[in-house]
Amino acid sequence: MSRTLFEKIWDSHVVVQQDDGPSLLYVDRHLVHEVTSPQAFDGLRMNKRIVRRTDLTFATMDHNVPTTDRSLPIVDQISSRQIQVLEKNCKDFGIELFDIHSPNQGIVHVIGPELGITLPGTTIVCGDSHTSTHGAFGSLAFGIGTSDVEHVLATQCVWMEKPTTFEIKVEGKRKNPHAITAKDIILSIIRQIGTAGGTGTIIEYRGGTISDLTMEQRMTICNMSIEAGARAGLVAPDEKTFEFLRGKKYVPKNYDELVNYWRENLKSDAGAHFDKSFTLYADKISPQVSWGTNPAMTTDVTGTVPFPEEYSKGNVDEEKAALKALQYMGLKPGTQITDISLDRVFIGSCTNSRLEDLIEASKLIKGKKISSKVRAMVVPGSQLVKRQAEQLGLDKIFKDAGFEWRESGCSMCLGMNPDILASGERCASTSNRNFEGRQGAGGRTHLVSPIMAAAAALAGHFVDVRELDLN
Amino acid sequence: MEPFKKIKSIVTPLDKVNVDTDQIIPKQFLKLVQKTGFGQYLFYDWRFENGDKPREDFVLNNPKYCDSKILLTRDNFGCGSSREHAAWALLDYGFKVVIAPSFADIFYNNCFKNGILPIRLDSQSVEKLFNNSSEIEADLQNQTIAVGDIIIPFEIESHRKKTLLEGLDDIAVTLQYEDKITMYEKSKSKL
Repeated sequence: MSRTLFEKIWDSHVVVQQDDGPSLLYVDRHLVHEVTSPQAFDGLRMNKRIVRRTDLTFATMDHNVPTTDRSLPIVDQISSRQIQVLEKNCKDFGIELFDIHSPNQGIVHVIGPELGITLPGTTIVCGDSHTSTHGAFGSLAFGIGTSDVEHVLATQCVWMEKPTTFEIKVEGKRKNPHAITAKDIILSIIRQIGTAGGTGTIIEYRGGTISDLTMEQRMTICNMSIEAGARAGLVAPDEKTFEFLRGKKYVPKNYDELVNYWRENLKSDAGAHFDKSFTLYADKISPQVSWGTNPAMTTDVTGTVPFPEEYSKGNVDEEKAALKALQYMGLKPGTQITDISLDRVFIGSCTNSRLEDLIEASKLIKGKKISSKVRAMVVPGSQLVKRQAEQLGLDKIFKDAGFEWRESGCSMCLGMNPDILASGERCASTSNRNFEGRQGAGGRTHLVSPIMAAAAALAGHFVDVRELDLN
Repeated sequence: MEPFKKIKSIVTPLDKVNVDTDQIIPKQFLKLVQKTGFGQYLFYDWRFENGDKPREDFVLNNPKYCDSKILLTRDNFGCGSSREHAAWALLDYGFKVVIAPSFADIFYNNCFKNGILPIRLDSQSVEKLFNNSSEIEADLQNQTIAVGDIIIPFEIESHRKKTLLEGLDDIAVTLQYEDKITMYEKSKSKL
């Protein structure tokens, strides 16, 4: 019987299959960070349990680490304690840790692929909803809560009910791929299917446009699957995937043999059945800007802030939510998106902080200055991204333009470290969530691509990047 | 985990769709390294003005609901971040049951790990509950909600029901399959 890629990965990881209820799935890679793991390790201690597979478990600190000079002590004592607790837990339980001074430190979803911990056909979990990022490599990767983190540490397995399948096809050639980015594709998808459109499903992104994307761009798309409610999103691996991972630090020694197997097996069979299907035509989309307080509240850069009744299309609950969102965001319906001025710009996060994101943004910035009204920040996703960017001289381009050039971490995507918005500040952000208070209590977030963020930093307001020279 | 008993209480109505876990427990409180003490921070930015003054217009600050154990809300409750702190905060505050037309997957799963019963009800029944101000009773064993004389049945996955009713420790259950896990590991080539 023909199967989807997800079903193949699922079938090959079932340890216990019950007639009714969830299956016990084997976990190939478990990524751990400081915020969602302390209570899990405590649980192990209380029950005198050990970590079953320390060799399949990797830890880093990313959520609350400062992005300023790392030779200085951490000012926030509570953050510092959480970081120390992770160090102690990794030491006590024998887990490899990329600590704050490691050359491999970075956002967990950036370092997994760049170290070759992420591999096609594997199951990957982490106590973080953006684990879906790793699906770009054709792995089944999903976020779990802390109880499940403890469960995976103890058993290397997780109980899961089999999700349904959702095919999202992206077709059509983008007129200018520098202006219409992977971020615009995923925001367009979420805008159309809604923040719960993927609930209970695993998305497989398919179609010509997806094949044309680089690995970094595929990661941006899979990353935001959770913003559409899906536990995971994946893309069938291809030659780009295999080349990206070749030679990375943690890939197995029999890599070529694995590639041969992956090439033959890791794709949905012709005629495989998907429970749901949706198609986006990428040649029809514009650069996207979110105006509200969830990622589906997004519109074209050429558009206007919508009226709640226009946005909600008759759904009373959505209309109330849109009204509240506009109040929170301090926006009036009918305002041109390009008339919205900004106080802050953030280029970073597990969605858009990889080398390619920084290169794209820097091309526009080079030789220019940011608006005097804007404070702008670049936070590379990892120490490796930072080093590579510096080798290319990107740090200088950003700094000369007036950007702050920071150390790696999650930073202002969720503001657990000192990088936060003040109440009322408005930010163009390359991150993934525009929830109320996400980047700081009272802060107002507009989600955009790196090139849109860079253009906004220069102009002090949103700009249609298609009108700029991006080559 | 404590076995789940019947819960009788008035209902706290939180009339919002897409309530995300950043609202349930804002990020500044995720730095604690234990599971307790999160209740005081539940819905923090909605509950308090300038960090300490209770906002009169927020439902949790209405004294009428101070002993409520049941939260009633709208579609897609618990979306966004996987933070289990959201479930810990609800439980620590006193909520044992959350009723909504739909929940986000990770949050739904996290509830069961902590002895909270999330109940999915059709929108019409949810609407009825929003219009009711008397006590209701959530009975997991019989899968019903009693509103006076009216009985509303609900569906729940049988294994999840068992977990809550018996207060099962997931890890202990899984470790009974130790031989199968070991066999699986032996059968797989090393990745």
